[in-house]
Amino acid sequence: MLSDKDRIFTNIYGQNDWRLAGARARGDWDGTAAILAKGRDAIVNEMKASGLRGRGGAGFPTGLKWSFMPKVSDGRPSYLVINGDESEPGTCKDREILRNEPHKLIESALIASFAMGAHTAYIYIRGEYYRVAQRLQVAIDEAYEAGLIGRNACGSGWDFDFHIHSGAGAYICGEETALLESLEGKKGMPRMKPPFPAAMGLYGCPTTVNNVESIAVASTILRRGASWFAGLGRPNNVGTKLMSIAGHVNRPCVVEEELGTPMREIIERHAGGVRGGWDNLKAVIPGGCSVPILPAATCATVLMDFDSLRAERSGLGTAGMIVMDKSTDVIAAIARFAKFFKHESCGQCTPCREGTGWMMRMMARMVEGRAEVEEIDMLDQVTRQVEGHTICALGDASAWPIQGLIRHFRPEMEERIAAYKARHGRAGLAPTPENLPVAAE
Amino acid sequence: MAKVTVDGITVEVPNGSTALQACEAAGKEIPRFCYHERLSIAGNCRMCLVEVEKAPKPVASCGFPIMDGMVIKTDTEVVRRARRAVMEFLLINHPLDCPICDQGGECDLQDQAYAYGGDHSRYAENKRAVKDKYLGPLVKTVMTRCIQCTRCVRFASEVAGVPELGATSRGENMEIGTYVEKALTSELSGNLIDICPVGALTSRPYAFTARPWELKKTDSIDATDATGTNIRVHARGPEVLRILPRTNDEVNEEWMADKGRFSIDGLKRKRLDRPWVRAHGRLHPATWQDAFVAIARAMQGVPGERIGAIVGDMCDAESMVALRDLMTALGSPNIDCRQDGAQYDLSRRDFYTFNSGIAGIEEADALLIVGADPRHDSPVINARIRKRWLAGAFPVGVIGAPASDLTYGYEVLGDQPSVLAGLIDGSLAFADALRGAKKPMIIVGQGALTRDDAAAVLAACWSLADAVGALSADWHGFNVLHQAASRVGALDLGLVPRAGARSVAGMMSGGVEVLWLLGADEFGAARIGPDTFVIYQGHHGDAGAARADVILPGATYVEKPGTYVNTEGRVQTAFQAVFPPGEAKEDWRILRAFSEVVGHTLPYDDLPAVRARLAEANPVFARQGLPRFGGGTGVAPAGDASALGSTPFGRAMGDYYLTNSISRASPTMQECSRTYSQPVLQAAE
Repeated sequence: MLSDKDRIFTNIYGQNDWRLAGARARGDWDGTAAILAKGRDAIVNEMKASGLRGRGGAGFPTGLKWSFMPKVSDGRPSYLVINGDESEPGTCKDREILRNEPHKLIESALIASFAMGAHTAYIYIRGEYYRVAQRLQVAIDEAYEAGLIGRNACGSGWDFDFHIHSGAGAYICGEETALLESLEGKKGMPRMKPPFPAAMGLYGCPTTVNNVESIAVASTILRRGASWFAGLGRPNNVGTKLMSIAGHVNRPCVVEEELGTPMREIIERHAGGVRGGWDNLKAVIPGGCSVPILPAATCATVLMDFDSLRAERSGLGTAGMIVMDKSTDVIAAIARFAKFFKHESCGQCTPCREGTGWMMRMMARMVEGRAEVEEIDMLDQVTRQVEGHTICALGDASAWPIQGLIRHFRPEMEERIAAYKARHGRAGLAPTPENLPVAAE
Repeated sequence: MAKVTVDGITVEVPNGSTALQACEAAGKEIPRFCYHERLSIAGNCRMCLVEVEKAPKPVASCGFPIMDGMVIKTDTEVVRRARRAVMEFLLINHPLDCPICDQGGECDLQDQAYAYGGDHSRYAENKRAVKDKYLGPLVKTVMTRCIQCTRCVRFASEVAGVPELGATSRGENMEIGTYVEKALTSELSGNLIDICPVGALTSRPYAFTARPWELKKTDSIDATDATGTNIRVHARGPEVLRILPRTNDEVNEEWMADKGRFSIDGLKRKRLDRPWVRAHGRLHPATWQDAFVAIARAMQGVPGERIGAIVGDMCDAESMVALRDLMTALGSPNIDCRQDGAQYDLSRRDFYTFNSGIAGIEEADALLIVGADPRHDSPVINARIRKRWLAGAFPVGVIGAPASDLTYGYEVLGDQPSVLAGLIDGSLAFADALRGAKKPMIIVGQGALTRDDAAAVLAACWSLADAVGALSADWHGFNVLHQAASRVGALDLGLVPRAGARSVAGMMSGGVEVLWLLGADEFGAARIGPDTFVIYQGHHGDAGAARADVILPGATYVEKPGTYVNTEGRVQTAFQAVFPPGEAKEDWRILRAFSEVVGHTLPYDDLPAVRARLAEANPVFARQGLPRFGGGTGVAPAGDASALGSTPFGRAMGDYYLTNSISRASPTMQECSRTYSQPVLQAAE
């Protein structure tokens, strides 16, 4: 368990002053110029050495991402874009940073921008976080007034501007390239990669897109040293992470915890345990709605970090846990996700546009049990036809929860179908033959 | 160059190629819907997925840049599964209405479904239905068939330059449309039909008319403007059912203007299908012999200088040379092809052609447009200018404000000819843009040449071209943009009266006693003197035929083999697609037959002999294509560049959709004219 001295976010509950004075009292903006004075390469190397992996879901090494930015400009400016479009159901960690630790973010954004040669940073905040954006704006104004950002930020000689852009509430705009499109004023539709944003990002210029949390921890890592951060957690899964626990727990909360802490310990210690006791647990979705569900048996032993969850064929995602007790209709829960993904698909590429609707409709029937048992396999096939064939990860995200459901709760789905048949007789859909060859093969 | 291995075949492709191009170089066909060579890459249909070694997932080959040593696999289980998956997804919401779909038989989705589709549907849910959109009188929509490939959106915003199409809603509910219902305001909208891979956008006039395999295809040249668009005429029996563009990268790429494509229903209406002779003030049906005799009688005793001929805008070179020879034989020097009264200098060919070439536009780095409206003069050339403009660093200046947006950024320098003087002496800022350019271009339109001071304007434009370095040995930046398909050919044949002979204006009001109109309808037939005997040889009952004393029924451009010279001076040959209706004949044969009646038999009896005569009249006709030449310095067209007038430049074209007798007879073009050319009433009016 994380000891208090190792916490990065010391005001995550908003119990203290979030404004500049309070932030300074907690150590923010302390010696920022000295950090910048170490130079670009030193900062990037320190970030690499810290082993920080992106906190937005994919877990890409942050320092490595920064190092992709061009060292010498070809005439185009570089940009830092901070992804604050926290729309993943079950996730609410970035909001706490934005409203309670805004200066940590602004200071880190300055350092990160300096490290990647960017004079401008944009933060794209989900539109629903209206008050949050207002509060962040106050903090930005304070920082400008105190000379911490703007021309010659912190007296370092580096010019830095920080802008807020509020989104309009589309989930897909949290995908980094869709976010850039939206920021440019276009429809939020993901771009093809390559080219990657580091080569052609915002307005066609080199851009790094980072999650709010990935950026916000940078100042503390550089202040306390990479080895301190790397010493927390497990190898390749180092450091601390904000985790949000929602659903059927006694005290839903956001908490900063070391990676590699057992899931059970987190739920029991921080969230007051599962409603009705641990034995009443049915399943947990460990990292926001786009990662596969885990049954109770796995939850008892699994560690909350990237690699442990991957080994269980799920993922850490945003570490936004959704806890479900035995009262949950898990099929209906996943069907709701299918509806969400169908609603949020941008419609650009075929598998996601057509597949999410198909999956949603089949899931709706599965909830009733109005299906054939063979259709469970077909549903699984459809998810695999979507997965990996789309421009962005929304296709994968829409497929995984259903795959997880079928993997762990297939008996429940079959029971549901049997019960429906018992009520309505055997009138159903014709079974479908499999693997028929097509002409071109 | 980079070495790429595709299914074990190693090919070398240029750096910056895509995986799809590499696969094609290796002879592997990659199925695709959204990818189109001339549009930006969207990568959204996902049909072209291939496996690339070391890539974790299959990649969309259309947008994936190749790297040296890359290994691509197009024939693996992963790829097969991916293609079948995408095809299944495309088909679940696509109506299976191929039997009543106009795209049937030439549908990418249909073809590829045969190759990659399953034999049954696993989709047990309700299919999606989408409301049809109104896109104007030319493009019909069945939006339920749309597969959201966005080719049309990209075509409209990139090539046509009218960003009016887009997608509304998202996910499954995404619909292509014009946001607010309106007719597309592009003269290139017919190309949307060609690029749509399914039956969502089809031709409204052609709806439910024919299947592609029933049609006989004939290569031809579009004669409705001076672009020389390469076309393919699709006919069934005696009827032309549609016209599609043919790919020619030097001329029209694969685009075509709406007027050429959709005016074909005019080919069946108001046709002259038998000779007519006027007697007692009324036209009576006649035989060919009667008609010829009537003309011969009218010509009897009339001296050659009292006979005149006007050549129309859609004539083939064969009929023009025959008319010229006939007039020479009759002793008449009065022959004119300039219905609009334009003035040219015929002493050098590059004084009246588009010398940079249409493809040359892409090499140019600055452009000045004088008295032209490229968007309507030649929509295809305008698209080429826009293509160049999109590539960046291409300042465009316009003298004479265009009637509508040219679809690219331009600076209006003024509408007075004096602007030219300002550019020559460098006092205007735009002169620096021209001078600074390596390959500056000047386009002179008919609006500049149909003025009283046209010779001065032409001379001024030439001397400006000379001054800014547009006339070097390897770059000819002086261009005349014509509107009439026959014009350059006629000028090559010298169909302009010499000094002392009568021009079009001189033939009016009794200037000649006998006037031969070869398809000429646009010069203002009402101005012909009441006592002039008028022969109208042509294909449509239009202005010229209404005034005629004898009507000789001719053939339209699809009904005769013909040679056309486009605005560049490119000699191109069209083949005969259908036969002229009724008793109508190919025009040069009519002239040849008549010459015999008046005792001046023309010395050719078949097409090769006429073409030999053409080549004799001007060697340019001996070779197909475009003879290229550099700009000459030290020469200049006649005309005093300092004698510029002060009349503002105006438009030389009326209604784009109604410029010739075919389009005026076409109900489709009439509807376009009603839709587009009349001012749109605002709600408050």
